[in-house]
Amino acid sequence: MRNLLFVALIATALVGCSTTPTTEAPVVDKSGAAAAGAAGAQTSGAGAGGVSGSATGESTSPLHDPNNILSKRSVYFDYDSFVVKDEYKPLVEAHARWLQAHPDARMTIQGNTDERGSHEYNIALGQKRADAVKRMMVLLGARDSQIETVSFGKEKPKNPGHDEAAWAENRRDDIVYAGE
Amino acid sequence: MVIRGAASIVIMRGHRDLTASRTRRRAASIASVPSSLHIAIPGFRISMIRSLGRWLAVCLLALVPLSAARAQLTIEIVGGAATMIPIAIVPFDAEATWPLGISGIVGADLSRSGLFRLVNTDGIVPRPARAADVQPAVWRARNADAVVVGSMRPLPDGRVDVRFALVDVVKQTTLVSMAFTVTQAQFRATAHKIADVIYEKLTGDPGVFSTRIAYIAKQGPRYQLMVADADGFNPQTIVSSNEPLLSPRWSPDGTQLAYVSFENRKPVVYLQSLTTGQRRPVANFRGSNSSPAWSPDGRKMVVTLSKDGGSQVFLMNPDGSGVTRVLTSQSIDTEAMFTPDGQSLVFTSDRGGTPQIYRANLLTRQVERLTFDGNYNVSPRPFPDGKGIVFVHRENGRFEIASLDFATRQMQVLTSGPADESPSIAPNGKMIIYANEAGGRGTLAAVSSDGRVKQRLVAPATDVREPAWGPLPRS
Repeated sequence: MRNLLFVALIATALVGCSTTPTTEAPVVDKSGAAAAGAAGAQTSGAGAGGVSGSATGESTSPLHDPNNILSKRSVYFDYDSFVVKDEYKPLVEAHARWLQAHPDARMTIQGNTDERGSHEYNIALGQKRADAVKRMMVLLGARDSQIETVSFGKEKPKNPGHDEAAWAENRRDDIVYAGE
Repeated sequence: MVIRGAASIVIMRGHRDLTASRTRRRAASIASVPSSLHIAIPGFRISMIRSLGRWLAVCLLALVPLSAARAQLTIEIVGGAATMIPIAIVPFDAEATWPLGISGIVGADLSRSGLFRLVNTDGIVPRPARAADVQPAVWRARNADAVVVGSMRPLPDGRVDVRFALVDVVKQTTLVSMAFTVTQAQFRATAHKIADVIYEKLTGDPGVFSTRIAYIAKQGPRYQLMVADADGFNPQTIVSSNEPLLSPRWSPDGTQLAYVSFENRKPVVYLQSLTTGQRRPVANFRGSNSSPAWSPDGRKMVVTLSKDGGSQVFLMNPDGSGVTRVLTSQSIDTEAMFTPDGQSLVFTSDRGGTPQIYRANLLTRQVERLTFDGNYNVSPRPFPDGKGIVFVHRENGRFEIASLDFATRQMQVLTSGPADESPSIAPNGKMIIYANEAGGRGTLAAVSSDGRVKQRLVAPATDVREPAWGPLPRS
């Protein structure tokens, strides 16, 4: 079962590569279509089952299933804070378990900050946020070598605005799996 | 006053006075008068254009040099020194033979510094072209302290003989006279060189009109690392990318730029030669690689790496070898810069709970906190005389450029914010260029180190940021 899953994942990755050779940072669905509740956890647990039949079906990977918590990829932070808030702990846990269950899986955690302050200091702040989520995942069973943490600082704001709402959206870690 | 198509200069007075008056060495106090010199100016700009072409040949997919004409900076002065040296710059004899003259550029340079007031030269007949022709009484009547005269003569080989003299009409002495043999393409460079000589003679400090500045221009989704003359002319695209570029840092000899590029979906430090155009990653470790800076002798660099966890400062050779950790903390350490003696680093750290500026001695490893005012002080840049730093200070949510004198421990706020960042000090220590915002766009500005003279550098329809003032040209 696990092997089948990997075949499917690799196929997915290849499809992704061939259609997007210019490797833009992947768009992550943050629409919040699914209530992050029992349904997500359920499909996550049995996730491999739906994959085997469909080599092209990205949507059937638990990582991209909008009903699965693994499709949730963003962790938001308070101002000047590096603490992973309780509401994001289920998300971090789910990804940690996925990494633990799939030793070949690799992810990058991209830290971001709001626009206030120096470019370089914000790179360091974003790094600290990415490291905080990684540390929690490693505590929960992921291996250190599976996760690279990088920072975009304030250079790639998701919301280009200049108010508190925009800033809150930009104080964020994004999780991106290798091949996405 | 509009100078040939690009740089319009607007002078506005009456801005707030931040400091006590500056002591200035005036013309009368300068004794040495070198005899006539003869200088040929090398065509560095031509080699740069050629190198861009060569670089094109090995161009990477995502990185394409664009035309240089966009992102031209225009410099406006928005404040001046309390006392400005009144100087008359007489149009050079036969200057009108060429479409681009010299004296106008000299005048624009000096005027833009905020330390000079240009005296009207209209109606003086005949116009003097040599020091011996200058009649001090005529110029004293117009309240000029100094007069610049000059001439331009075509030579049989197509080049041009350019001469000028600077006359102190108070003491009635010739302070300097020089001759240059140049091509027409070197007129601007020659004018900047003349302005440098005049500036140094009359203020005692080296002029920086022949220097260049690097900055990042953003147009739509594209980021361009640009290099332009200090007056904003001759902008050249050094590298262009769809991903962010930041932190350009000049090598001390002015031949290379280190910078951070996100082209690999993470910050990586690149080094690029301005003579050959070749570029390569020099710090590309797991995690983030950023904040490059050079040692004063150009033989070492510092970078901030997260490869061993956290953001920590490492020393390395400019070829990327010999990476060793120099600072060790459980906190953020970044934005390290060498002090001019090469023996210490100043850097930003949150080891005390808030981001503050520290100094670390590289030999003793002793670390000392430098900033105590406020809870956010970042981006330290040492003055070239080693006596202090310029940095970004946050006060009531406003980010301002401030300076700190090491001896007195006095902090002086030089700008009023609200979003001032990325300061870079001119190689003579007299001006600080920095980034701010106007009308929702990134713009560049400059302030004198005493806070009195202010300039705005505007590039129409372009977001500009991350300025870095280049070194004095090697003579």
